[in-house]
Amino acid sequence: MPHRSSVPLAWRRFEARYRLVGNRCANCGTVYFPPKAICPKCRRKGKLEKCQLKGEGKVYSYTIIHAAPSGFEKRVPYCIAIIELDEGPRVMGEVVGDLALLDIGARVRAVFRKIYEDGEDGIIHYGLKWELV
Amino acid sequence: MKLDGKVGIVGYGCYVPMYRIKVEEIASVWGEDASRIKNGLLVEEKAIAGDDEDTATIAVEAARNAIKRASIAPEQIGAIYVGSESHPYVVKPTATIVGEALGVGNDYTAADLEFACKAGTAGIQMCLGLVKAGMIDYGLAIGADTAQGAPGDALEYTAASGGAAFVIGRKDVLAKVLATASFSSDTPDFWRRPFQHYPRHAARFTGAPAYFRHVGGAVNFLLEEMGMKANEFDHVVFHMPNGKFPLRMAKMLGIEKDKLENGFVVSKVGNTYSGSSLLGLCATLDKAKPGELILLASFGSGAGSDAFAIEVTELIEEKRELAPTFEYYLNRKVYVSYARYAKMRGKLKE
Repeated sequence: MPHRSSVPLAWRRFEARYRLVGNRCANCGTVYFPPKAICPKCRRKGKLEKCQLKGEGKVYSYTIIHAAPSGFEKRVPYCIAIIELDEGPRVMGEVVGDLALLDIGARVRAVFRKIYEDGEDGIIHYGLKWELV
Repeated sequence: MKLDGKVGIVGYGCYVPMYRIKVEEIASVWGEDASRIKNGLLVEEKAIAGDDEDTATIAVEAARNAIKRASIAPEQIGAIYVGSESHPYVVKPTATIVGEALGVGNDYTAADLEFACKAGTAGIQMCLGLVKAGMIDYGLAIGADTAQGAPGDALEYTAASGGAAFVIGRKDVLAKVLATASFSSDTPDFWRRPFQHYPRHAARFTGAPAYFRHVGGAVNFLLEEMGMKANEFDHVVFHMPNGKFPLRMAKMLGIEKDKLENGFVVSKVGNTYSGSSLLGLCATLDKAKPGELILLASFGSGAGSDAFAIEVTELIEEKRELAPTFEYYLNRKVYVSYARYAKMRGKLKE
C-alpha cells in the first residue's frame, strides 16, 4: 500500500480519521466525507464549511475479507462495509462487534480503534471503525 | 489535601471492551482447579481488549462518554492526564491522541502518568488542583489499561482491560470532591523493568505491606482530615486487584460489606489496573442518589494510594442518562477461547 509509512500524510488526515469531520456546502446543503476541496454540484457558487458528522449510520453493503493485505492478516475473517451515514455520505470502513448482527441496513456507530501499526517501530495509525448496535 | 467543596466531577464515563474470558477457560489450559481460583480471588471472568484496541482507544471511548455527561464543548478542556501502565508508546503521549480524537484543539496541557494501578486517580488530583487554583475551567483525567499477566502466572486470571474518564470542574458538578489524601512509600511489591513484556510481583508481599498499609493509610489520613468515621459513607470503592483484598480492607476499617456492592466490578471484568477503582466509581455513580457520600481509594504498586471523599449532587439524575452506564458495557460481551485470547493479546510470538 503506497504512502502507508508516510507520517505527514497520516497526520494531515487525523481530523477526518479520528473525528469524522467532513464538509457541507452552504449553497446546496450537500454533506461530503471525506471533505472535498470544491462542491462538485455548485462549482464556483459553492461554499464549503467544516461539518462535524454524528458518526451514526447503516450498512449499505459489505464483504467478508479472508485474504487480507499485509498488516491485516491477523484480523481475518473481518468485515469491510460501505456505511451510509445519517447525513448522507457513504464511507468505507471495518465493521466490528457481534458480527451475528451483520446485515444490509444494520445500524452502526463510529468507534475509535487502532487501524494498523507501521511495523514494530513505526507509528500506530488510529481511526474509526463501525460497531454494530 | 483540602478542597473548597465546590470543585468536583462534572462528567464521568467508562469503557469496557466486549471480549471476556472465563476463569474456567484459563484454568483448563494450566491444569488448575477453576473453582478454587474463583473462590480465592472472587473473580469469575475478565474483560479483554480486541487486537484493534489499546489504552488510547479505551481512553478515547471513556472520555467521549464523560464529555457527553459533562455537556461541555471539548475545547473548554484545559488539561488532559492519562494514567496507565500500558501506554501504547513508550515515548509519545497517549494524552495528545485523546485530545485530537475529542477535538480539544491545541490550548491545553497534557501528560501521561504512570503509577501502576493508581495513575488515574493521581490525574484526578492534578485536575482538582488546577481547577481549584483557577488555572483551568475543566480538566480531563483518565485511568485506562490493557493489563497483561504472563501466561501461567496467577495474574493472568485477573489482569484485564478497561478504563474510566472524569471531567473535573467547578460548574454544574454531579459530585463534589470534599477532600483527598494520599499515602505513598517506596515499596517494591510489583514492577516491570524496561523491555520486559510482563510485570513481576512479590506474591504475598503485595498484601499487608503494600495494598493494606497504603489503602488503609490513605483512608485514615482522609478521615482524620474530614473528622469522619469510615462507616459514615454510603458507598465505598477500593482498588480491586481481586475480590478478596477490597473486602478484607473494608472489614479492617469497620465498613459493612454491602457498601462495596455497587462498585464491586472485579468479579465480572477483572482488575483493569488504572481503570479498576475508577470503573468502580462509575458503577457507583450510576446507582448513587443525591446527597450520598462515596469513599474512593485507589492503590498503585510501588506504592501509593489516593483516597477521596465525594458527595453526590442533585445533577446526578439527569446527567446519568446522557451516556452508556457501566451495566451497558458489562452486558455487551462475547466469550473467547484461550487460543483466541492469546492471539488477540499478542501472547503468540512468531
